[in-house]
Order: sequence, then C-alpha cells, then structure tokens
Amino acid sequence: MSTTSNAPKKNGIVEWIDYRLPIFTFMNHELREYPTPKNLNYWWNFGSLAGIVLVVMILSGIFLAMNYTAHVDYAFVSVERIMRDVNYGWLLRYIHMNGASMFFLVVYIHIFRGLYYGSYKPPREILWWLGLVILILMMATAFLGYVLPWGQMSFWGATVITNLFSAIPLVGEPIVTWLWGGFSVDNPTLNRFFSLHYLLPFVIVGVVMLHLVALHTHGSNNPLGIDTKKNPKDSIPFHPYYTVKDMFGLGVFLVIYAGFVFFAPNFFGEPVNYVPANPLQTPSEIVPEWYLLPFYAILRSVPDKLAGVIAMFGAIFILFLLPWLDSSKVRSATFRPIYKQLFWIFLADCLVLGWCGAQHPEGAPLLIGRLATAYYFLHFIVLLPLVSKFEKPRPLPESISTPVLKTEKA
Amino acid sequence: MSESAHASATHGHPGHGEGETRRDFLALAATAFAGAGAACALWPFIDSMNPAADTLALSTTDVDISPIAEGMRVTVKWRGRPVFIDHRTKKQIDEARAVNISELRDPAKDEDRAQKAEWLVMVGVCTHLGCIPLGQKQGDPTGDFGGWFCPCHGSHYDTSGRIRKGPAPLNLPVPPYKFLTDTSVSIG
Amino acid sequence: MSINLRRALLPALGLFAVVASAPAFAAGGEITIPKQSWSFQGPLGTYDRAALQRGFQIYKEVCSACHAMSLVSYRNLTALGFSDAEVKAIAASVEVQDKEPNDQGEYVMRPGRAADHFKSPFANEQASRAANNGAYPPDLSLITKARVGGADYVYALLTGYKPAPAGMTMPDGMNYNEYFLGHLIGMAAPLSDGAVTYADNTPTTVPQLAKDVTTFLTWAAEPEMEQRKRLGVKVVLFLLLMTGVIFAWKRKVWKDLH
Repeated sequence: MSTTSNAPKKNGIVEWIDYRLPIFTFMNHELREYPTPKNLNYWWNFGSLAGIVLVVMILSGIFLAMNYTAHVDYAFVSVERIMRDVNYGWLLRYIHMNGASMFFLVVYIHIFRGLYYGSYKPPREILWWLGLVILILMMATAFLGYVLPWGQMSFWGATVITNLFSAIPLVGEPIVTWLWGGFSVDNPTLNRFFSLHYLLPFVIVGVVMLHLVALHTHGSNNPLGIDTKKNPKDSIPFHPYYTVKDMFGLGVFLVIYAGFVFFAPNFFGEPVNYVPANPLQTPSEIVPEWYLLPFYAILRSVPDKLAGVIAMFGAIFILFLLPWLDSSKVRSATFRPIYKQLFWIFLADCLVLGWCGAQHPEGAPLLIGRLATAYYFLHFIVLLPLVSKFEKPRPLPESISTPVLKTEKA
Repeated sequence: MSESAHASATHGHPGHGEGETRRDFLALAATAFAGAGAACALWPFIDSMNPAADTLALSTTDVDISPIAEGMRVTVKWRGRPVFIDHRTKKQIDEARAVNISELRDPAKDEDRAQKAEWLVMVGVCTHLGCIPLGQKQGDPTGDFGGWFCPCHGSHYDTSGRIRKGPAPLNLPVPPYKFLTDTSVSIG
Repeated sequence: MSINLRRALLPALGLFAVVASAPAFAAGGEITIPKQSWSFQGPLGTYDRAALQRGFQIYKEVCSACHAMSLVSYRNLTALGFSDAEVKAIAASVEVQDKEPNDQGEYVMRPGRAADHFKSPFANEQASRAANNGAYPPDLSLITKARVGGADYVYALLTGYKPAPAGMTMPDGMNYNEYFLGHLIGMAAPLSDGAVTYADNTPTTVPQLAKDVTTFLTWAAEPEMEQRKRLGVKVVLFLLLMTGVIFAWKRKVWKDLH
C-alpha cells in the first residue's frame, strides 16, 4: 500500500489495449483519480443516482418492448399480458412505471440542489443547459411512454397535450394533424409514439455523456461554492470516497424504490388508466403524472390558449437564462442570506403549483395557481436580478480546508 | 494514526495497519452483496424472455384423426410448428421395420417411434436447419426411402421419419402425445 | 449548514408526496368510501382461498350474466385452489367459438379449454348496451384497480343500494346508490340475501357476498399480488442488509479523512 498513485494494476493485455485505445487511462482518470471536492454532502448523490435510474429504465423498457404490441386493438391487452402471463412481467412493468416517478424525483432534487448551491454559475453554464435539455427530453419521453398502455388517461393525455400545438397561429392545425398522422389520436399516433419513446432515452444517454464531459472539465461545484482547484488539500480522488458514498446512497434509494414497486406499485398512477382507451368518452378528470403538474398548473392559469402554452414552455425555457438572470458572483446560497430565503419560497411556489395542477381549475385553486404562476416568473425576471445586484453576501472561506472566517450562528 | 492517515489521504490510499483489514473486509462484503444482488436482479429480465404462461397453456393440441384415411398424411399446428400425422399403409410399416437399425445414423426402432404401428406422429421440422420436409401432399417428392425429403439441403427420411441420407444429423423428433380415444390424439 | 438544509427539505419532500397523491383523493369528490379490513391488505397480506372460491361462484352465477372478465383465463383459477381437473371441468361447462376456422371454413362452437379466456356474456359493447337498457356493464378484470378506492369502493357500491331520498325523482331504470358518483346507477342491486347457495356453511348475507366477490375481483385485477409481496419482503431485507454493510464501509473509508 505504498503506491503513490491511484493507478490500477496493469497487466499485459490491458496495456496492449490501452496503448491503442486509451480507454483504461480514461476510466482511471475520470472515475478513480478524478479530483472531487471533499465536502460534498448527500445532495450531491442525486446526479449519479439519476444516471443509474436511466440505465434501469432503459433495461426494463427494452424487455417490456419485447412483449408490447403498439396497436390500438392490442396495446392495452398486451400490457395486461405482461402483467399476468409473462414471467416477472409485472415486476418489469412496475419497475418501469415507478422508475419514471423515481427518475423525476431524483432529477428534481438534483436540479434544486443546483439552484441552492449556484451550480449553474460560470463556468458551468453549458453544464446547466445540458441538464435542462435532459429534463426536456425526459418529459417528452415520459409523456410518450404514458400513452403506450392505451388506457383512458393515456389517450386523453395524448389528446390534450398534442392539442397544445393547435395554439400556434396559422400552422397549428396542420401541425397537430401531422403529429397525429390522422384526424385524432389513433393507431398511427400510437405507433410513432412507441418509436420515439424507444429512441429518446438513447438521445438522453448521449446528452448525459456531454453533461459529464462538461462536468469533468471544471469539476464539481461544492456546498461552499468556492473553487477547489487552488488548494490541493480541498480535493480527494473520486474513488474510493465518492464511489462508496454513491453506493450507500444508491442502497437507500433502492429500498425506497423497491418499497413502491413491491408494496404500492400504483401509488403514483391513475386508476382510470386501467380502463381501456375510449375515444368517445373523456374521464371526469384529466391529470398528468405528478411530475408534470406544476407546468400543467401554469398552462391552466392563463385564460388565453396561446398565452397559456407560451407560459408553460416559457417556465422551462426561462431556466436557460438563469446564469445571467442571477449575476451574483457568489455561488452557494449558504453565503447569500436573501437568495437563500428566495430559494425556499421558490421551492414552496413549485410545490403549490404542483398542488394546483391536480385540482379542478376553478375557485380558490385557480386563483392560487395564478398567483403562484405570477410568482414563478417574478422570481426569475425581477427578484433574482435585483437580489444578485443588491444583496451583500457573507464572507467566503479561502478554501474548504481553512477554517471558516465568519462566526457560525446556525 | 491520524497523522499517517492524513498523509495517505492526500495520496488517495487512506488507512493503515489494523484498520485496513477491517476496511478490506467491509469492502469485500459490500462488493459481494452488490454483486450478488445485481446477479439476482438479472434473473427476472432473462426469465421474461422464456415462454409466458399463456404460451405454455396452449402447448397441448387435440386432433381428430378419424377423417385421415390409410395412406394419407396431414399436417397440424402444435406450438407454432407443423406436426406430421401419417396414417401408414402395411407396406410402409413393413419397410420401416425391415431396416437394420445398426446401419442408421440415428438408430431408433420403428416400434419405439410409433405408439400404434399405423399412426406416425412427428414434428415436421428438418433436424438440419429447420426447414419443413416435403412428402405430406400427394405428388410431393418423398426421397429415396419413401418417407420425406427436405428441399433445403437434401435430407432423406424413411417411412419412420428416420434420417437416411443428407446432412441432417437426427431423426424427425416424436413429440409427446397420447391417444385419448381411437380417433383422437392429444399432442403435447 | 447542510444539516439545516436537510431539516428544511425533508418536510418539503413529505409535502411533495402528499401533492403527488392529491389527484387520487380529488376524484372521490364528497363521497367518502368506508375502509374495510381485507385479508390481502398490508405488506404481508394474502388472498383468503375460501373467499376467492366463494367469490368466483358469485361472479359465475350472478355477475357474469352481464359483466365480462376477458383478461382472466380459466387456467388462472388454479390460483384459487382448484385442481387441474376442476379447472378443466369449469372451462368445459361453457361453449366458446374456436378462433380458427374448421376445414369447411366455418367457426364452430366447442367446449371451453383451460387456456381460454373467460367467456364474455355479449359479443361486443353494442350488444351489451342493447341488452342493458343502454348502459354498458364494464369488464370486471381490472375493476378494483380501475376505481378510486379500489376494493373498498367495490364493496361500498355493492352494499350501497338504498331507497332514494325523499324528493329525489328516479329516472326509469335507474337505481339509487349511496357511493356511486351522482348516486344514479343503471345496475340494479346485484346481491341479495341468499342470492347464491354456498357449499360451505358461510352465511349468504349481502355484506358477506359483497366481501367474497370483492376479494375475487381484487385477485382478478392483481393475480401477481402474493408473489409480488413475498418477493418484496426478501428484496427489501436484502437491500437493507446490503446498505448497512456499505454504510459501514463508507464510514471506514471516510473516517481517515479530515
């Protein structure tokens, strides 16, 4: 144990390959030696967790697709055949179904961690953008996948969401017809949705790779939000410290995930989606899956059709501008007393929006939804630029290793 | 301890002495757990590709053989594959039983292949590469031995469905079947 | 700092879970479904085999006159405790149309086989509506999964028939049900005391019948439930153990670090 480097033991074959294709050097560099801030807390677990959930989703999806039939007459029955007749089919489907919710839960926590600790700030703007692209692709994939079982909510969700595009002036109707491949959501729609649902996850994998390249270029942010390159004592090798920490986090996550899969598999689901799609009858309530509810609430808060659609998409796209809307040089909310309050209010606002999205859009929920929508944009367009300009941040420590300068009150 | 640990931490290999054994044990145990868990988790995925319960439930086919006259051969579907049912003539049975089985590539007595001498029941899939041999229809080539002839690569089967010539290694397989009555066979 | 954050975010996550489950409650409206106790509830719950068999008897003798159950096959009934021979006999008691034409090109009727799906009472939805005063008796294969409230709702509906409140005019062919959305239901009360004759000595009161048939319907919707929970207990125990060992390892690795 007197080796000074963290390099793996080499043998002839490894060296032969590595000389020609330096894959082992690369892995050693990026997964073992990769210098990581030593003060990352458990909120930093959620990135690798999301990657693992993506793999689980792709794997379970591939095996489900082997038994799924993308045809309006057979889709519902083929899913039920998976549940009843295919060996462990119920397990694969529940893994996939609950995996979608877990994926969003993990990714949302990952995003809010980034918001709290300013992980979107220079030089990580493109890293942030790539993450947002992944989020958008995830939403598209989740929506497409939700249509496949061809239950009532599948059908009417597809109808409502595709109809959003009819709000586009002049070309709206032709675009919707083009999306459907017909004059309503029907067999051609189901077929192309299945095709795209199978494709998009691999696009996500590609963007995740870019996300990692961007991450490893400047390294992880950390709870103090300071640069760790200056002091070599601030960094530790990724392996074994963070591999073992990520493994522990994964274990805890899997217990929760398994709890849903085995004991409450339909907790996140809608009962009405166990009724086969009926194009002549809309269910009494159309609600998207929970992870889309805040955006659904924004859509319904605006009385004008086109403006509602713009607001909904704007709510996502405004996040791309975040690195410039928030111009504060200090990254971590730990040292930003006012921004820290704003962060919690914003998180609460998103939860309120999620609640509103699940209610009938009338009376108090509609009013609350409108206020929450207004606040959502106010946060980004007005509050953040002002706060980042006038807020007086607390003094930053020199490095992780040096004792903090300020007196801790918490 | 703390000093050495600190020094080694910056080198990426912390832990010395008695602490190291414990850590190595824990590392081993944790890796073993994770590895065993991952291996077990693969099984449902693999098993999902095995025949499903509804597929297995359809694996029995009942056939009414009363309309099959002597000398006639019919094909029925069992598990998605053709099953040849041959109502053999006396001549065909005698030919099949006259063969010296020690000369056969895949030695089998005709008595063991047919539960009732006049009825031959076989899976009609060539044991070479899975083509369906000819010989079921009137006018089909029946090969050099009066049984079946596979057009893909020229395998010849005799009137007991045994391989006699050509590349196929084995006789046409006999599926599990039983006579429910004199005129009804249950295959599978 | 991070402790602060943790303390603050945990309740937020809890709220998130509540928000997520909100739509499930929203659809129930002002009607509250009373909770029943079931043999199959909880992480270790199993189906009561005797209740399943009695429930199947009710389905066969009462419900199946109007309601299809097309996702369930006769062969599945072995899970209720029936032997292969009994299942064969149950299947053979109905005549079904063969899916493949015979040599004359005609689709003939034949006795049912274990591999067949439950025979539907009507050829299609239109025929079903025509025979049922325009109402469509839903397929019961997934009914406890397809209704908010699940088994409790089905039980409540079956036992919820009451005389209409004074002043409420009942349209022709409609019945009053306390737990049906809007209270007007096309289905007449399907169960009555002694509606079936049980082979065992179980009383045939409406609550008992409703309980038995609901147990059967829950099994029909989730035949994998027992296997799922059994496997789940093993998986969760394994994961807890694994996570514990990894945590010890993690502590050991990080202990040396300042």
